[in-house]
Amino acid sequence: MHDVSAPAVHHHAPPTSFIRKHVFSLDHKVIGKQYYALALVAALCGMLLSWMMRIHLAWTNAAIPGLQLLSPNGAPGGVMTPEYYLQLMTMHGTIMVFFVLTTAPFAAFGNFFLPIQVGAEDMPFPRFNMMSFWVTFTAFIVLMASFFVGDGPTLGGWTQYAPLNSVGSVGGPGQGLGVILWMASIGLFCVGQLLGSLNFITTTLDLRVKGMSLMRLPLSAWAWFITSCMGLTAFAVLMPACILVILDHVAGTSFFVPSGTVMNDQLLPHSGGSTLLWQHLFWFFGHPEVYIAIVPGIGIVTHILITNMRRPLLSQRVIIYSMGALAILSYMVYGHHMFVSGMNPISALAFSFPTLVITIPATIIVLIQVFSLYGSKLRINSASLFSLGFISMFVSGGVSGFFLAQPSIDIMLHGTYFVVGHFHMVMGVAAMFGIFAGTYFWFPKMAGRMMNETLGKIHFWLSFVGAYCIFMPFHYLGMAGNVRRYSSFVDDFLQPLLPVHQWITVAALLTGGAQLIFVYNLIHSRFWGAPAPDNPWEATSLEWSTATPPPFDNFGGKHPVVYHDPYQYGVKSSVGDYVMQTSPEQVVTEHEEK
Amino acid sequence: MAKFFAVTIIIIAILSAIPVLRHTWDMPEDISTHGSLIDEQMTETMIEAGIAFLAAQFLLAIFIWKFSNQSPDAKIKKFPGGAKALVIAALLVVGIEVLALGVFGVKAWANVYLTPPAADAMPIQVQAGQFAFYFRYPGPDGKFGAIHPELSNEGTQNYFGLDPEHDPASRDDIVAAEMAIPVNKEIHLLMHAKDVGHSFFVRELRVQQDFVPGLDVSLHFTATKIGKYEIVCTQLCGLGHYNMKAYLNVLSQQDFDDWIKKEQAMQ
Repeated sequence: MHDVSAPAVHHHAPPTSFIRKHVFSLDHKVIGKQYYALALVAALCGMLLSWMMRIHLAWTNAAIPGLQLLSPNGAPGGVMTPEYYLQLMTMHGTIMVFFVLTTAPFAAFGNFFLPIQVGAEDMPFPRFNMMSFWVTFTAFIVLMASFFVGDGPTLGGWTQYAPLNSVGSVGGPGQGLGVILWMASIGLFCVGQLLGSLNFITTTLDLRVKGMSLMRLPLSAWAWFITSCMGLTAFAVLMPACILVILDHVAGTSFFVPSGTVMNDQLLPHSGGSTLLWQHLFWFFGHPEVYIAIVPGIGIVTHILITNMRRPLLSQRVIIYSMGALAILSYMVYGHHMFVSGMNPISALAFSFPTLVITIPATIIVLIQVFSLYGSKLRINSASLFSLGFISMFVSGGVSGFFLAQPSIDIMLHGTYFVVGHFHMVMGVAAMFGIFAGTYFWFPKMAGRMMNETLGKIHFWLSFVGAYCIFMPFHYLGMAGNVRRYSSFVDDFLQPLLPVHQWITVAALLTGGAQLIFVYNLIHSRFWGAPAPDNPWEATSLEWSTATPPPFDNFGGKHPVVYHDPYQYGVKSSVGDYVMQTSPEQVVTEHEEK
Repeated sequence: MAKFFAVTIIIIAILSAIPVLRHTWDMPEDISTHGSLIDEQMTETMIEAGIAFLAAQFLLAIFIWKFSNQSPDAKIKKFPGGAKALVIAALLVVGIEVLALGVFGVKAWANVYLTPPAADAMPIQVQAGQFAFYFRYPGPDGKFGAIHPELSNEGTQNYFGLDPEHDPASRDDIVAAEMAIPVNKEIHLLMHAKDVGHSFFVRELRVQQDFVPGLDVSLHFTATKIGKYEIVCTQLCGLGHYNMKAYLNVLSQQDFDDWIKKEQAMQ
C-alpha cells in the first residue's frame, strides 16, 4: 500500500505531444480505450464473418455480394467454397475468443478502471502496459494479414488441432503460411496478455491506497485480479506451444507430427511427434481461457447490479471465493474437451469429476446474485438490463455444461452443435452482455458523456430475444446429431435440420443488425451525448469519486483514503441511500460483512 | 418495463423447454447393446438440468417483477437465511446431483471404454484419411497384414499400404469402402489414422471416437438392428471434412457371409 504521508507524485509526466497522448500513451485510461476500440473493430469483423458463414450454411449456393473481392479463389462469384467457409469460421472463432472476449472485459475495462478502483494513479509498469496493447494490436494485424497472403487464412478452426496445424500446405489451403501467421499472431497475443496480467496483479497487490484492504476491493477489481492470475499461467503455456508449431513448419522439427503420416500419397519426413500433446497444451490454456472471458463479466455485472439494487450483496466474500474456485478448478477440468480424443479413458473420469464440481461455485454465484435481488429496490436501465440478461444467459449456457461434463453423454454430443450452443451462450453471449453492461455503466466516466438510454434498451431487447433465437436451437441441432464445422449438410440425416439452420441465420442477421444500434449510440454519444456528472448512478466505488472524465493522474494530485466496504447502499447518509468508499461520513449499516 | 422483462424471461424459458419435452429433435433410436445406459444418463441429466434451468429463470423473473422500481421509501429487505443458506443449498443440492450424475455415468462410460472386447469379437480395421474411410477385414487367416505407410497409394488402390508380395498375412485381407457387420455380433474396431485427426461417429450406434495419428485406438460394440446407417467424421480434417462419410451396413449373418464372399472375390 502507498505511504499516504508521501506527496502524490505521478511516476510519469503528463504527455504533451499528440502521439504520446493518443497513440503511444503510457496512461492506463488511454490504453483501456485503445483496447476497447480494438475489441469493437474485432467484434464487427467477427460478426461480419458469422453473417457470411450463416448465410452459406442456410443457403449453400447463395452468392454473397462482394465476397469475391475478399478472395476471388475462396468465393468465386461470391459463392463460398467449402475450404473458404472453414477459413472464415477459423477467423471468426479466433477473432472473437482472443480479440473480443479477452480484450474487452479484461484488458479494456480492467485497464481503465482497475487502477482507479484501487486508488492508484496508474499501473506500476506503464511502458509494459503500452507494449501490451501495441503487441496485441500487432497480433491482430498479423492475423488479419492472413486474409491477403498466399492461399488465405488457416482452415483448422480456432483450436488448431495437430497434426493438421503442422503438416504444412499439403494439409489444405491456408495450412502453410496461414498457420504460421495464426501461430505468430496468437504467440504475440500471449505476450501482450502476459505483460497486461503482470501489471494487473501488481496494481492490485501493491498500489492500493490507505484503507483499501483486499476485502474492500469492488468485485470488478477482484474479477480482474483473479483473471490476471489465470492469464499469467494460461498464456504462458499457449505461447511456447505456438512456437513449437512454427518450428514444425520452418525448422524441420516434429513436435506434433507422428511418424507414418501419409498425405497425397507421400510419406511425410516427420517422426516422433505427438498429436495429443498439442491438445493437452492447447486445452490447458483453453479451458482457463473460458473463465478469462467470463470471470470479468461476473465481476462487472455484479458490480453494476449491486449499484442498481441499492443494497449490498448477500455476501461479497462468497462471490470472491467462488470466482477463485472457478479459476483454480479451470485448470483441473481441461481434459473434458478430450473425452473421445483417444487419451486414456480413465483420465476421462478424472477430468469429469472436477468438471461437474465446478458447477457448484458457478451455482453459488448465480444464487447470490439472484437472491440478492430479493427485497432490493431494483433500478431498470440499459446497464442493469444487460446485467440481468447476463445471469439468464449464464444459467442457460451453464446447464448444458452438465451434459458435456459427462464422458458417456459426450460420446453423443461431442463435435456437434450442442457444444457450439453451449459455449456461445456461456462464454460468448454472456460475456458480450457483460461488455455491454460495462459499456452502458462506465461510458459516462470514460467519455464524459451519457449514452442514450432509449437506444440502449432497444439494443437490449433485440439482443436478448435474438440471442435466444440463435443459440437455443443450436442445442437442439446437437441433440439430433448435427455435426459442427461442416460447410454444408450433405448427409441424409442432416437434410431435415436445414429449416432450423435457416431460422438461425435469419435470427443472426437481425440480431447482428441490432448491434449497429449500439455502435451508433456509442459514436453519437461520444460526441453529442449529454455531459455526464461525476457520479450519475449514485455509486460508491472510487471511480465515481473522481472527476468525469478522470484527470491524467486519476485523483487530481491526491491519494484518496478509503473508509468503507465497496457497496454501502441502503443506508442513510447526507447524500442519499449510499455512502462512497472515500467518504469519512459514518453511517449505520447492518450489512457490513465481517 | 421490468414486468415485461420478467414475462419475456418466462416465455423464453417455456418455449425453450417445449422442443425438449416434445422430443422434436432427439437422437434416432439406439441400435447398440451399450446405448441404453447412455440414453438413460442423457434423460436423467435432462431432467436435472431442465429443473435447474426453469427454476433459475423463473426465480430471476419473479424477483425482477417484484422488486424493481420500488418507491424511494421502500425498505431494503434481506433474504431470510442469507448467503449461508444459499451456499449450503448449493453444496447439498448441486453436490448430490453432481455426485449422482458422476457415479451413475461411470457405468455407461465403462461399458464402452473400460471393458475388454469379447474373445470372439470380430476384428475390423478402419482407416481414416482425407476424406474417406476404408475398412479392412483380416480374411480367412484371421490376421491383418502389417501397414507400410510408404506403400500407401490411392492411385493403385493400396489404401492401407499393404505388402502382399512379402507379407503373407496381408494377401487375404479384404478392403472395402463400406462397413458391413453381422447383427448381434460384437465388433472390435481397430482405428488407424492415415494423415490428420478424424473421428468415427454413428448416431444410432451411440459411438463417437477420434482417430489419433500415430496411435492406434480401438472400440468395441454390438449392433442389434439390421439397417444402413451413416458414419460421419466429426473432427475437422480439412476442406472435404463436411463430405467425409461412409455407410455402416448391419446385415443378418447369412447376408454378411454372402457380402464378405463377394468382397473377397473382388480383391
